[in-house]
Order: sequence, then structure tokens, then C-alpha cells
Amino acid sequence: MNGPAANLPHVTIRGLCKSFAGSPLYTDFSLDLPRGEIVSIFGPNGCGKSTLMNMIAGLVPLDAGEILFDGKTLKQTDIGYVFQNYRDALFPWISAWDNIAYPLRRKGMKEAQVRERVDELVKLFEIRFDLKRYPYELSGGQMQTVCIMRALAPRPEVMFLDEPFSALDFEMTLFIREKLQEAHLATGVTMVIVSHDLEDAVFLADHILLLTRRPTRIAEFVPFEMPRPRVPEAVSDERFVKVKAHTLEVFRREMKA
Amino acid sequence: MFASRLMDRRLLPLIGPLLLFGLWELVISARWIKPVLLPPPGETLAYLWGAVTSGAILPDLLSTLYRTLAAFGIAVLIGVPLGVLLGSSELAYRSVEFVIDFFRSTPSSALIPLFMLIFGITDINKIAIASFGAMLIVLFNSAYGVMNAKKTRVMAAQIMGVSRWHVFKDVLLMESLAQTFVGLRSAVSMALVIVIVAEMFIGSETGLGHRIIDAQQVFNVKDMYTSILVTGALGYLLNLAFLLVEKKLIHWSGKA
Repeated sequence: MNGPAANLPHVTIRGLCKSFAGSPLYTDFSLDLPRGEIVSIFGPNGCGKSTLMNMIAGLVPLDAGEILFDGKTLKQTDIGYVFQNYRDALFPWISAWDNIAYPLRRKGMKEAQVRERVDELVKLFEIRFDLKRYPYELSGGQMQTVCIMRALAPRPEVMFLDEPFSALDFEMTLFIREKLQEAHLATGVTMVIVSHDLEDAVFLADHILLLTRRPTRIAEFVPFEMPRPRVPEAVSDERFVKVKAHTLEVFRREMKA
Repeated sequence: MFASRLMDRRLLPLIGPLLLFGLWELVISARWIKPVLLPPPGETLAYLWGAVTSGAILPDLLSTLYRTLAAFGIAVLIGVPLGVLLGSSELAYRSVEFVIDFFRSTPSSALIPLFMLIFGITDINKIAIASFGAMLIVLFNSAYGVMNAKKTRVMAAQIMGVSRWHVFKDVLLMESLAQTFVGLRSAVSMALVIVIVAEMFIGSETGLGHRIIDAQQVFNVKDMYTSILVTGALGYLLNLAFLLVEKKLIHWSGKA
């Protein structure tokens, strides 16, 4: 990204308040998400990692505050969302291909353009399984890949991923990590990932947002500037180890607090 | 070896009926039950074969089938849209839930006298009461199908910025289909049960229920058992037909 726009934050969160059953989770919470970056959200159990992301994505209503995307409201913004439970997120009555095409068709895109866009994603993700099959005929990793392709299809400005690896085996985790990096490189989409695994959280991130126990505040917004693409071996790289150790230290401090 | 094992497996479903006929034969040859109450299976099957091939039972079979399908058709036309509508607004469903559950728990046959007051002793009466009983089952299942739609799927569609109408049509309605089909299958069985009972006790000239009670009155036991077997076969085949259609149409049922 070049030019002055690159330095402007993409998503601005101001004065966010949210309570559950009278006990405050977020009070006057503010945060800027940098444009075109991957931000991982990490924190102790019950600190509201997913709640924060779901409030940004509009799935959970705010009690107070304002969230803007380049100054626009959520309604004026195209977003993508990848759920932890891919099996429940896909539509089993249509093929994997039609699942990816669904948001495009509902936007009124012409069939030829739909095919072009899906083919583009098939190439980007190097899909070798048959997309004409129904979701329930695919493996877990294949289903999650289809979910990511569906979320990316309408070229969203911001993409949200809720624990995308938690139901996958290690082999598929490595594959999806690689594909997410490639998709990010190819599209420059701003990504927000919630993770409960520190290694996953650090591996993909440009910034790791560390949260405190509730009432939740920002413990630290840790930058991680290791160049991309990051290969699986990067986890033993000195820079990775250093950032991971630091985030772990902050996390343990917050747990005790 | 493999072929013979496959053969064995295919023949397994025949064991049950063969055992039943064996037991039937046994209770007669051992004289545990008087043949005047229970004719031997061979004679009954021969009578059944005669009644079917001569077409003697056909008018009764067809009028029962007609009433059952008419009642079922009405139940679907009212039950599915109403169920989906109630299901998509939980508040609406909760406010009529008691009435639905109450009448669902009331044996429809208990309402026959009431329906006789309203409709008289007519064909319409039999269809009306059967469609009432079947409709409650369809409605209940369709409503629950919509209410139990996977929240994640609904959210996935909402996040794409899809209109409310399309969330309803593309997700909620499709999600409800599996449960709706379970309802349809129970409803067609229920419609048949009520039609048979109505044919027995609401003055009737035709129908398998009428044939069963007539045969019993004149002690024509062979004809009675034949009619019972044909009624059973009708119920079985209706259920089977729905299962096959369900498997074809709702291919994701139980898998996702």
C-alpha cells in the first residue's frame, strides 16, 4: 500500500460499551484497525475476543459507541465472515461451487461474471477437489476452504475469521494458513482473526491485539513485522519466537491480574 | 463368497414375514385359536390374491386412497405455509403453541362426533377430520423446522448483506424442509388412520374401513383379514413412497 490513505486506519472503534446481564464487558473501548493488515485478537477466556469481533461484524449489537469502516457504516460496507463451525455455515442443499457463487448471485452479478470470479478463486486456492460435490461430501479442511472462498468471493473490504483453525487437524491448519496468506497478498483485504491458539494468533498477524480480563481493555497492540510469505518453518525463526515469547508474557501477566 | 453374503443380506427382510406366517400357521394347526376366528394364512393369502386380481377390493382401496390423499393435500396446503409463518416468528408460535399441542394430543377420533355435527354423515366429513389431524402434525413440524434452523447459516446469509426475504427463502425455508418431510410422512400415516376409523364409524358405503367392519359384522373373516392386510400394505407403501421422495429431494437430511 502506498500513498497517504495507507496510513489511515481502516476500521475505527470509538467509545464502545457492552454489558452482559448488568456486568460490563467493554466500557468506552476504542481501537483502530490498520488498513490491509491481519490483526489477531488474543486474550484470556471470557474476555470477549469473539464478542469484540462480532460487534465489529454486526452480529452482536453494541450498547453504545460507533464503529466505522473508512468513515462508512457497516451497512455501506462489504464484509466477509468465516465461522469456526464450517459444517453449520455452508448451505448443504447446494453444491460447494454454488455456495461460493451464492453471495455473488444475490448481489445480482451476471452468471458469466460469477463463473469468472469463482474460477479466479479456484486458481488462487489451487483447488483440486470436485466443487460440484455437496458440502457434506467434503472433508473438514475442504469445507473450511470453501467457507473462506465464499467469504472472499464478493471482494470484501474486511474479512473476519472466528477461530478458523480450531476444528482442523494440523495438516489442514498449515494448508489454510498458507492459503490465507496468499489470499491476503493477492487482495490486500483487512483481516481480523480470533484465535485461542497463541501460535496461530502470532503466525499470520501483522499486529496481535492482546486483551485483558473483563472489564476488557487493550493490554498491548503488538506489531509483528516478519516478511511474507511466512513458511511453516517460521515458527522456529528467532523473530517469531521473540514475539511469541513477549505475547505469552503479557498474556500470563494479564491472567494473574 | 461375497455374492452369497450379499444375497443373504438382501433376503434378511423376508425373515420377519416368514416368521409371522409360520406363527400364524402354528396357532391354527395347534388349535390355539379357532379357525372360525382366524383362517389359515394360505387360504387368506389365496383370498387376498383373488380379491386383488378380480378387482373386487379395488373400489374400496381407491376410495380410501382418495380420501387419504385429499385429506393429506389439504393438510399440506394449510399446514406448511402456516407452520413456516408461525415458525419464523417465535412469539407468534409461542402464543398458539398450547392450542396446537392440545389438539395434537387429542386423538382425532374423539372429535368425530363433533365433526359429524358440523359436516353431517358425508364424505367431506371423513376428509375434513383426517385433514385436521394431519394438518396439526404438518404445521408443528414445519414450524419447528424453521425455529430450529442453524443460527450460523442464518448469520452467514445476513453477513453477506442478503435481504430478509432471501434469508427466509434461501435459508430458513430450506432448513425447515428436512423436518417438514418428517412431518409429511407422519401426517400421511395419520390421515390414513383417521380415514379408516371414519369409514368404520361414520356411515359409509365404500372404503377399506367400511369393508373391514362389514366383513366383521357378517363374520366373513377371510375378507376381514384380507382388508386388514391391504390397509396395512397401503400404509406401508405410502410411507415408503415418502421416504424415497425425501431421500431424493432432501439429500442433505441427517448429513448436515
